[in-house]
Amino acid sequence: MHIIKCPYCGERDEHEFLYGGEGHIARPTDPEALSDDEWADYVFKRANPKGWHYERWLHDAGCGQWFNAVRHTVTHQFHLIYKVNDDKPELPE
Amino acid sequence: MRQKYSIFSLARNALSFHKNWEKAWRSPDPKPEYDAIIVGAGGHGLATAYYMAKEHGLTNIAVVEKGWLGGGNTGRNTTIVRANYLQDESTSIYAHALNMWPKLTEELNYNVMFSPRGVIQMAHTESDLKEIARRHNANRLQGVDLEFLSPKQVKEFCPIINTSRDARYPVLGASLQRNAGVARHDAVAWGYARAADALGVDIIQNCEVIGFDIENGEVKGVRTTRGNIKTSKVGCVTSGHSSVMAEMAGLRLPIESHPLQALVSEPLKPIMNTVLMSSTVHVYLSQSDKGELVIGAGADLFNSYAQRGAFNVIEHQIGALIELFPIFSRIRMMRSWAGIVDICPDASPLITKTPIKGLYFNCGWGTGGFKATPGSGHVFAHTIARDDPHPISAPFALSRFSSGRLIDENIAAAVAH
Repeated sequence: MHIIKCPYCGERDEHEFLYGGEGHIARPTDPEALSDDEWADYVFKRANPKGWHYERWLHDAGCGQWFNAVRHTVTHQFHLIYKVNDDKPELPE
Repeated sequence: MRQKYSIFSLARNALSFHKNWEKAWRSPDPKPEYDAIIVGAGGHGLATAYYMAKEHGLTNIAVVEKGWLGGGNTGRNTTIVRANYLQDESTSIYAHALNMWPKLTEELNYNVMFSPRGVIQMAHTESDLKEIARRHNANRLQGVDLEFLSPKQVKEFCPIINTSRDARYPVLGASLQRNAGVARHDAVAWGYARAADALGVDIIQNCEVIGFDIENGEVKGVRTTRGNIKTSKVGCVTSGHSSVMAEMAGLRLPIESHPLQALVSEPLKPIMNTVLMSSTVHVYLSQSDKGELVIGAGADLFNSYAQRGAFNVIEHQIGALIELFPIFSRIRMMRSWAGIVDICPDASPLITKTPIKGLYFNCGWGTGGFKATPGSGHVFAHTIARDDPHPISAPFALSRFSSGRLIDENIAAAVAH
C-alpha cells in the first residue's frame, strides 16, 4: 500500500486515490487539421515507459482534486507530486 | 524425431529409474541469421513458432527469450480457458482457440491437462442478470453454447457456494459454459516448446533483445545480449513489455502495463468442481489438480512493470471469496504474485503488422491471454509467414485505433478475464 502525499491534503492511503493515466497529454490546438492517425495517437497511444512516468492522480475519497506526479513504474517510488497547472518537471536520472 | 511420450516410454524409463529421458528441447546457440525471429518464449510465442514450422514450413526460425521459457505471464495466470465474450470478432478468435484445446495434448504429444469442467459466471444484481442475458444471446447467435442457471441450479452445480438470500450480494443466477475449463499453464509452454524444437525451431533462452536493426523502414535484424542476429521478420510476443519493445523500434502502442495479482491456497481435497467467476464481488476461482485453490482478481490501478501488486487488492479479492464461499474462511494462502499485463483501451488484443516492414506484434491480451494461446499462435503464425493477416486476426490490427473500429470488450469482460 502506498502513502501518497496529496498536494492539498497531505499524506493519505493509496485507496483514497484513483489513477488517471499518463499526464501532460496536450489537447490538439487545431483539431480540424488532425489526421485519423494523429487522433489515434492523441486518444489511444501512450508512452507506457518502464521507468519514470508522468501521470495524473485524483484524490477521489478526499478533496476531489486532480494532481500530477512523477512516479517510477518499477520501484513505484514517487519522485515529485505537483499541482495540475505547475510546469512539467524534468525527469530524474 | 523426438522420443514419443506414451505409457510404454513411461514403463521403459521406469525400468532405468528415469535416468535416460532425453531432453525435451535443445539449448542451441543463436545462429547468425534466421528466416524469422519470435521475441518471447511464452505460450503465445512458442505456439506461433510451432505453427510457423508446422503449417507454413518455416523451420529456420528462432524464439529468443529474456529469461526462461514459460517464465512470464504463461506461468502466472489462473489457467482459465473459455470463449464467452461479447463481440463477434472476440468470440471468433477465442472460439478458434477453444476448439483447439481438446486436441492439443494429442497434437503436441504432451499432456496439457485440459479439463473442461465448466465456467460459471455469477449474477448478483438485476443489471448482472441483464448483462448475462445479453451475453448469453450474443453467444448463442455466434454459435457458442451457454446455459442459464437459476440460483437452485447454481447450488446443485457447485454445492459449496453460499446462495443464502441474506448474503450481501445474493446469487440471482449464473451463465454456464460447459466446454470451458482450465489447463496446465506450464505444460502448454513446455509442450509447444518441445514440439517446435522437434520441428527444428531454435529456442534461445537467457537472450534478451536490446534493439532492432531497422533500415529504410524494414527490419534487418535484432540486437541481443548474445549478439546480433540477422532476420527479415520479427514477431514480438512480449505481453507486459510490448511498449518497451515498441519503443526500441520507435513505435507507440495503445497499451498500458498493469500488475494483475493471483494467489493460491494450501492444498485441499477436491472441493471445487468448476471454475467460478464473479465480476460484481470481483473474484475468480478454480481448484488445481494439486488441490490448491487458484484465486484471481482485478488488475492494480496504476501503470507498473514490477511483478507485485498492492495488498488492498488482495484484501478485496479475499473478501469477495469469503462472501461467496464462507467455507473457505479459515484456509491459509500459500503464495501470491503478479504478472504484468498489457491492456488496450478496448480490452482486445493486437495481432498486427506495423508501419515497419517485417515487424509484427501480438500483444494487448490484457488480463486474459492464456485461454487464447493455441488460436493466437495459429493466426499470428499465418500473419508473419504470409505477411498478411489471418481472417480471424484481421480485425485486431493496430489500424483499428485510427479507423475507430474498436472491439470493445470492456463492458463484457474487463473485470474478470
